[in-house]
Amino acid sequence: MIYDTAIIGGGVSGAATAWWLSRYETNTVLLEKNADVGFGVSKANSGIVHGGFHHPVSSLKAQLELRGNLMFEQLRHELGFPFERNGILVAAFSEEEMTTVRKLYEQGIANGVHDLEMCGRERMLELEPKLNPDVVGGFFVPGGGTVEPYCYVFSLMESAIGNGVELRCGFEVVSGSYQDGLWTLQSADGREIQARYVVNAAGLYADQVSARCGAEKFTIIPRKGEEYLLDRTCAGRPSRVIFPVPSKHSKGVLVIPTAGGTTMIGPTAEIVEEKDDNATTAGNQKRILSLVRNMINGISERDCITAFAGLRPVLAESEDFYIAPSEKVPCFIQVAGIQSPGLTASPAIGEYVKDLLKKSGLSLAEKAQIKYFLPARHTAREATLEQLDKLHAENPAWAHIVCRCEKISEAEVIAAVRRGHTTVDGVKFYTRAGMGRCQGGFCSTGILQIISRESGIPMTELTKRGPGSTLLAGKLGDLEVKA
Amino acid sequence: MNERMVDVAVIGAGAAGLAAATVTANAGCSTVVIDREKFPGGILRQCIHNGFGLRYFKEELTGPEYAGRAAGKCLDAGAELWLDHTVSNLKRTDDGLLVLDVLSAETGVTRLTAKAVMLAMGCRERNRGNLAIPGSRPAGVFTAGTAQKLLNSVGVLPGKSAVIVGSGDIGLIMARRLTWCGIKVKAVVEIMPHPSGLTRNIVQCLNDFDIPLYLGHAVVNICGKNRVSGVDIAPLADGIPQDEKTFHIDCDTLLFSVGLIPENELSVTAGVTLDLATGGAKVTSGYETDVPGIFAAGNVLHVHDLVDFVSEEAERAAKGVLQYLKKETTADNCRAAAGKNLKYVVPGSCRAGEKQLFSFRPLIVTDGGKLTAKCGDDVVFTQRIPFVRPAEMIAVEVDVPENAAGITFELHPGEVSK
Repeated sequence: MIYDTAIIGGGVSGAATAWWLSRYETNTVLLEKNADVGFGVSKANSGIVHGGFHHPVSSLKAQLELRGNLMFEQLRHELGFPFERNGILVAAFSEEEMTTVRKLYEQGIANGVHDLEMCGRERMLELEPKLNPDVVGGFFVPGGGTVEPYCYVFSLMESAIGNGVELRCGFEVVSGSYQDGLWTLQSADGREIQARYVVNAAGLYADQVSARCGAEKFTIIPRKGEEYLLDRTCAGRPSRVIFPVPSKHSKGVLVIPTAGGTTMIGPTAEIVEEKDDNATTAGNQKRILSLVRNMINGISERDCITAFAGLRPVLAESEDFYIAPSEKVPCFIQVAGIQSPGLTASPAIGEYVKDLLKKSGLSLAEKAQIKYFLPARHTAREATLEQLDKLHAENPAWAHIVCRCEKISEAEVIAAVRRGHTTVDGVKFYTRAGMGRCQGGFCSTGILQIISRESGIPMTELTKRGPGSTLLAGKLGDLEVKA
Repeated sequence: MNERMVDVAVIGAGAAGLAAATVTANAGCSTVVIDREKFPGGILRQCIHNGFGLRYFKEELTGPEYAGRAAGKCLDAGAELWLDHTVSNLKRTDDGLLVLDVLSAETGVTRLTAKAVMLAMGCRERNRGNLAIPGSRPAGVFTAGTAQKLLNSVGVLPGKSAVIVGSGDIGLIMARRLTWCGIKVKAVVEIMPHPSGLTRNIVQCLNDFDIPLYLGHAVVNICGKNRVSGVDIAPLADGIPQDEKTFHIDCDTLLFSVGLIPENELSVTAGVTLDLATGGAKVTSGYETDVPGIFAAGNVLHVHDLVDFVSEEAERAAKGVLQYLKKETTADNCRAAAGKNLKYVVPGSCRAGEKQLFSFRPLIVTDGGKLTAKCGDDVVFTQRIPFVRPAEMIAVEVDVPENAAGITFELHPGEVSK
């Protein structure tokens, strides 16, 4: 089978591109190196739908950020992932910071953001009573919000697959060559795929993929961000996303009321050497806690349930996104340097890439039949007792709660496995099972048993997130016991 | 949706829930015990080692045996066990009844109305995230209890070579258990200068197997991309890791045994006020929380060292429930407080002129300690505590003097302070 387009990378950019292409009479395959989509940059970030004021008007970032932001309502409506337009507050604690706030406000206006509101102290405290009363002022961006990024990627892919896109996981592109109007892409495990067009949306590894395909040389530098997740009972959970006044390199340490109901604080911003360095470091928790406590009341280290780190794919050559057809090889679209506000911009990135493909000659006739909507997803957490009663009548597993902290039913875990999420992390990101305060301490055994039963994979072969991350070492009796 | 009414609903069928339900059912109250698991006994079921029951059953038992006996007593008393059922919500109505939303695959949604509720949910394990232990996020990081469940209840191995973080009792028991399964236990690392678990477990689970115990050391880094490959360990000086003395141990598994947190999210939903020192509810001498009709006992109230004490406490708490149902509860009139060298006292109040059992956790390590109780400036009680360790609970029965408005306990170190 020869595909029209092969997308390399199943993060937000690749998934959004796949979703856009799924609307047209064209064959698309998405190649993901990991065991599941969204397992790279897209899973570990702040989950912010940004407000369009951080970047200068001339940048592609600003253009796609605002357009992407405006598309989220429709996407949520059709795809049903958790997204809250709860608004962003940028809080200034000195007159000096207010100068930057005014500049950002004006940049936002220039970018075309509507509803931006400059706020004095009183108004800031009215909008978020948990703010430190020392706040001097700031501004309010009602259009900002929060999204569960992995759920968003899963939803985009589920819809894309439902409309004909094919997905190959565990497909790491090790070489690409173009001959007679066709790209041939080879995977590390010897598989081969042919396509007329290639989209390089390989995130942190976009530079490698570009080099392996003989396209442009550029460098992606990983910039690490550590985040700390607080229990949903945290008293300091604000009703809006709280931003400090940003610095040159980072939007700063935020307090984020996640769309999943927890509170997240972070991220840090630190250049690292390795593209798989997801380690958290001592001292950063204290630093982040002290930074956020300056902004908001009610945050305690007692609330901390986990920490993680994500890497931003920073383009060494430019501060802006690099989304353009390759000038070195034909029919090859580069989608690189998609760091913040990449998540926000992603629906617009997908559209932009789709248009670039069209300009490069890909024929895109709209499909007569498009499945716009994913089936409505219920959750035991949000269902009323009456709804649960009905769901239970259809499927008893709805009333079997397997994850107590996040109140996830067996039915939800089964649904995740049946949609192809067979790693523990995949199930966790799809359902939230294991994401709560006990971090899987109580439920992981049962979850492993359900995944194994539903997927047919023996328990001892199940992994956290793919090859190499096996969770168990065998069965009791497998090891020799020294007397 | 099903509707049911009972006198007493007990949440949790571990040692506390079973003992409490036995008392209320024996007294003729209709009693339902609800538990998430398919079998009664709670965490006891995965504790296949012995050492349980010497006090409560006058016989040395394994965890499952203890659970079996306690469940048998409970069923004989006429209590109903609702297994594989989850309480998803608990609230008190305006007319003083308690309503529990109960879910199960078998029976669906049930609205259970009770005159009194016993909280007996036990606790959960503190995990890596709670401590913000730095490093990567590979597979192979478990709490000791999860590893115990995998090994003993499912029959699968969590790894091949392990380091155990924290010297809590579950961690110590697991060090021995892993060794018996052929898993090499390379070290137990404890941040405190003294063990967190019982002395008998240090001897029987570590010393007998030549497993090194690093006291006053911390894991400062978890290594490994996809699966744990090792840990960096550093000695502490004044609580600060000494970087230059950091060493590395290769292993593929890390178990955390770093403390327990009473599982009170449901209690809080019902409006119960918690005590910051115990993590459990604030209770009266009748073990009643500040929400009328809701009682608490066992590890959900404060973390115990021995299960026998859990069962005994739950029996006392159940008597509080019976008094409440007969409307014979008399309000406490004397405040109890933990003073010098004590982390907490349970209960936090009592009745002047009556005998009361108080439980404590010491903050110090000492031999030949002395526990005193004062009402104002008068010392009204003194007891020698030969062997004081934070890992071991202290429980004493005190005749609270007539007219006492407050009683304050203090623990004085003995001659051989450590």
